[in-house]
Amino acid sequence: MNALHQVAHAFFNPHSFTLALPDVWAGFQVNLHMMVIAEALVLVLALGLALVRGLPGPGAKPLRALAIAYTDFFRGTPIIIVAFLVGFGIPGLQLGYVSARSITTYGVITLTLVYTAYVTEVYRAGIESIHPSQRAAARSLGLTYFQAMRYVVVPQAVRRVIPPLLNDFVGLQKDTAIVSVIGVTEAASLAQQFSTQNGDFASYVVAAVFFILITIPLARFTDHLVAEREKRERAQAF
Amino acid sequence: MTDETNGAGPTAFVDVSGVDKWFGELQVLDSIDLAVNEHHVVCLIGASGSGKSTLLRCINRLEHVDEGEIVVDGQRVTAEKVDVNELRRKIGIVFQAYNLFPHMTVLQNVILAPRKARKLGRDESEARARLLLRRIGLEDKAHEFPDRLSGGQQQRVAIVRALAMEPKLMLLDEITSALDPQLVTDVLALVRELAESGMTMIVATHEMGFAREVSEKVCFLDNGRILEEGPPEQIFTEPREARTREFLARVLERGQSQ
Repeated sequence: MNALHQVAHAFFNPHSFTLALPDVWAGFQVNLHMMVIAEALVLVLALGLALVRGLPGPGAKPLRALAIAYTDFFRGTPIIIVAFLVGFGIPGLQLGYVSARSITTYGVITLTLVYTAYVTEVYRAGIESIHPSQRAAARSLGLTYFQAMRYVVVPQAVRRVIPPLLNDFVGLQKDTAIVSVIGVTEAASLAQQFSTQNGDFASYVVAAVFFILITIPLARFTDHLVAEREKRERAQAF
Repeated sequence: MTDETNGAGPTAFVDVSGVDKWFGELQVLDSIDLAVNEHHVVCLIGASGSGKSTLLRCINRLEHVDEGEIVVDGQRVTAEKVDVNELRRKIGIVFQAYNLFPHMTVLQNVILAPRKARKLGRDESEARARLLLRRIGLEDKAHEFPDRLSGGQQQRVAIVRALAMEPKLMLLDEITSALDPQLVTDVLALVRELAESGMTMIVATHEMGFAREVSEKVCFLDNGRILEEGPPEQIFTEPREARTREFLARVLERGQSQ
């Protein structure tokens, strides 16, 4: 009974909850801001990179190699190290405009670099899952390689990868908390400050709740899309 | 193999000469010579894997040949620097599995290439597409997605999609093989109509009755070679080669058991 009471007091003290809420909410808006911008950038950049990686012919080999090197590097490096490299490294270069951005911008750059690598692979899997006969049909109608990709392959591939793509976005949303290590003032770091001052952990719970609240709709939406597709594919099988 | 009765001179619309094609260690086309005159229909018959599809895919350069030359309408398909997009705009191909674009409606399937490859306006390409769809009795399906159509309807849409580019040559690759027997009739009726309108066609098919009826020339392929060719009457009634006789007997037997 006593232990339970202690847990309740340390994590779920209603008074601390109310006190922490405005601060953590203010911080969480920074998280939201970073996720929206990073997600928009990732959607576009990753598609571009996936297309480069799929370019045919020996002439495109250097480009393909670059794209592979990019995904290898940013998928293999822990995001916290990328955050240090970007958040401390770029300002340290003293490159004028590039080195004088806000710390939040470096946070967004970190998230974008890392998640572009993941999402590139998702797009690539989608593009490769489209049967070659679709491309053959498009090309034999006289469409160019890029027209075939643009109108036939990519639209089908994107539809197919929406669930795994949203899955990666759940990861990205949570990782907005990691970039606090380079000094971004966001929900997790403000919760930590509050916790130190207040001597309990209710602020962490508040931050956790915020993250969960935005993840759940995305997760349910993903489930819904997967279920829809299964239903469609079953219908087609008959 | 020599041209005899249906000999097409150097003015043939499609001229395939000495074509070899390998997939790795496997030779899939072996010294293929084939001439097709304008407004003629040539049928390719033979077992699965005899090279019919590969030959068709070489003619519109979906596949490269390893040896030999293919000329279509005076243009060397096998030339190093041929504009494949330009070439394919005048060669329509229809596949066994239809290969309609599943994320587009019937109408969008038909107008995509005219709009993007021929740069026709939306109104013009739509009007022409509707006309073609009406011709095959599917105008009311214009806004349906392909998976709402029967196999026979999908295949007819695929034919119309190729026709929308106003090709000078049509390649049909076993277009009825994936269809239920009762759906074959409509598709063949459309092809027959095309033949009557003077379309030059090379047709890989297992429909022997159809081949006999529409074609000027029938070629029997066996292990990548054209083993025998001639007018349909001769091929179907008095084939010279034992392999041709065996093949025809086998197909006939299967046809009767259905």
